[in-house]
Amino acid sequence: MAPEPDTMPISVDFLGGLETLFSNNPHHTISLPLLNPSDSSPANVGFLISHLVKNHLKHPRTEFFVHSDGHLTPGILVLINDADWELEGEEECKLQAGDKVVFVSTMHGG
Amino acid sequence: MEQNSTKERLDGRVTATNGEQNGTSRRLTDEEFDRYSRQMIVPEMGKEAQLRLINSKVLFIGAGGLGCPAAQYVAGAGVGTIGIIDSDVVEPSNLHRQVGHATSRIGMKKVDSLITHLRDLNPLPTYVPYTFPLSPENAADIISQYDLILDCTDNPATRYLISDVCVLLCKPLVSAASIQKSGQLIVLNCPPTPQGKLDKKYPPCYRCCFRKPPPANTQLSCGEAGIMGPVVGLMGVAQAGEAVKILASGLHLPSSTPETPEDDPHNLIQPTLLIYSYDLNAAPGPFTFRALKMAPRKKNCFACGENSPQTLTLEGIRSGNPNYVQFCGIQTAKTTLPIEERMTALAYHVVKQTGILPNHILLDTREKEHFSFGSIDGAVNFPFGKLLMKAATIKRDGGDAEEILPVKSAEDPIFVVCRRGLDSQEAVEKLRELGLDHGGKRKIVDIIGGMKAWKEEVDPSFPFI
Repeated sequence: MAPEPDTMPISVDFLGGLETLFSNNPHHTISLPLLNPSDSSPANVGFLISHLVKNHLKHPRTEFFVHSDGHLTPGILVLINDADWELEGEEECKLQAGDKVVFVSTMHGG
Repeated sequence: MEQNSTKERLDGRVTATNGEQNGTSRRLTDEEFDRYSRQMIVPEMGKEAQLRLINSKVLFIGAGGLGCPAAQYVAGAGVGTIGIIDSDVVEPSNLHRQVGHATSRIGMKKVDSLITHLRDLNPLPTYVPYTFPLSPENAADIISQYDLILDCTDNPATRYLISDVCVLLCKPLVSAASIQKSGQLIVLNCPPTPQGKLDKKYPPCYRCCFRKPPPANTQLSCGEAGIMGPVVGLMGVAQAGEAVKILASGLHLPSSTPETPEDDPHNLIQPTLLIYSYDLNAAPGPFTFRALKMAPRKKNCFACGENSPQTLTLEGIRSGNPNYVQFCGIQTAKTTLPIEERMTALAYHVVKQTGILPNHILLDTREKEHFSFGSIDGAVNFPFGKLLMKAATIKRDGGDAEEILPVKSAEDPIFVVCRRGLDSQEAVEKLRELGLDHGGKRKIVDIIGGMKAWKEEVDPSFPFI
């Protein structure tokens, strides 16, 4: 499949049970628009999250992934190219073609 | 190279803390020699490592799905003092995963049951039972008596409490968790580092990795969401593996802090978060085990960061600050529906039996796995998630709301029952929002307390899970 114009491939993994929200598939390669259409700013992680919710989240219990304000639900760990997203500016972190983003939900059972 | 640096560090420690005094240079007894021979001959183990295990004290917080397998291997390996804290009693629904208990010990305190099992496995260690819950008041007194802590609990409030106290008392922590078909494992605060120390890179605590708990409505327990025995078992065994490794090689001692991350052969400063995902429909694949490299201690961490001595103290914890229960949220039952849209399970049964109740639709919104064990006569399974998804589609794309119901009847009243009475109330609201109540002409009724109430009020033999 040829990449769509004005998009970039991003590798997205969902772990710790989050995969059940995304068609039970832990690994996705998505085509993310280079620019956020709402303000034409370069795509960042915040835009990736809204893109995932709009196009890939196939489950009604969206609160397990995002709050009603569109921000990520607390307790979900995000790694951008193997680094904790807190060190990369969280939602502001700009994405580049081929970046690897991992979402992990924290577990508490035992 | 790695082996040498570990060895030097250990030799240094033995001299510094007087090996004679703490018994790392004594002879093994014949019984110890026989019992531990197979692990002692493993490269890098040997007599000193075995004596370090024998001289160590480990605390298990939780005697359930993680604590049982973890404690078995730690006891088997010969750790000298094993403390176990848990206030629960053994129930039949525990036994598929909590392999340190037994059918013959149902009803016994889990701590006593597990110690019975461990004594039979290895009578040499000293076992210390605590048959009450860990609390902010007692946590420091108990944790202070051990060298290494294993978090085998099942709720976020206790997890944050354990980590905070471990930071303040300079104790390494092996933390694991598991739910449904996933598990996670991480070694924290190892080697233990004083609170607020940030002159170079140090290992993180639980709060460095998991700054905020998930909201209460998204926290699932094993009782509600289910848990596969081998998944949680694997995590417990992995905890034991980390515990034995840490104690045998002296990594729990403050003097073992590597100078730089490059000198850190054990990934202590940037520990690995191990994630295990088990797929009932697939062979093991690239996503079965994932190892994620975590960041070191964070400058802004509430528990161990730069200003943490002002935000977190043992005194504060004892007197209720921070408030762990509030921090992690409490899920409260919703009772938003007016009483005329609700009916008790018993009332439903009576009006149905006496024939007062006209033709109606009874929707059971439990998952199909729950429904498969039994349901009220005439109930139709309509899992809550499916209902929400169909409702969302109608809202977005329009269409005939009547079509989403699994049975067709435009006039008959609708009753909704779920497992414990929460989802059914939300389902009633959703169906009304879609206009299925025909502007109030058709009744949509919630059965209060769900199938749990049905068992309690109507049919005690009902197989409720």
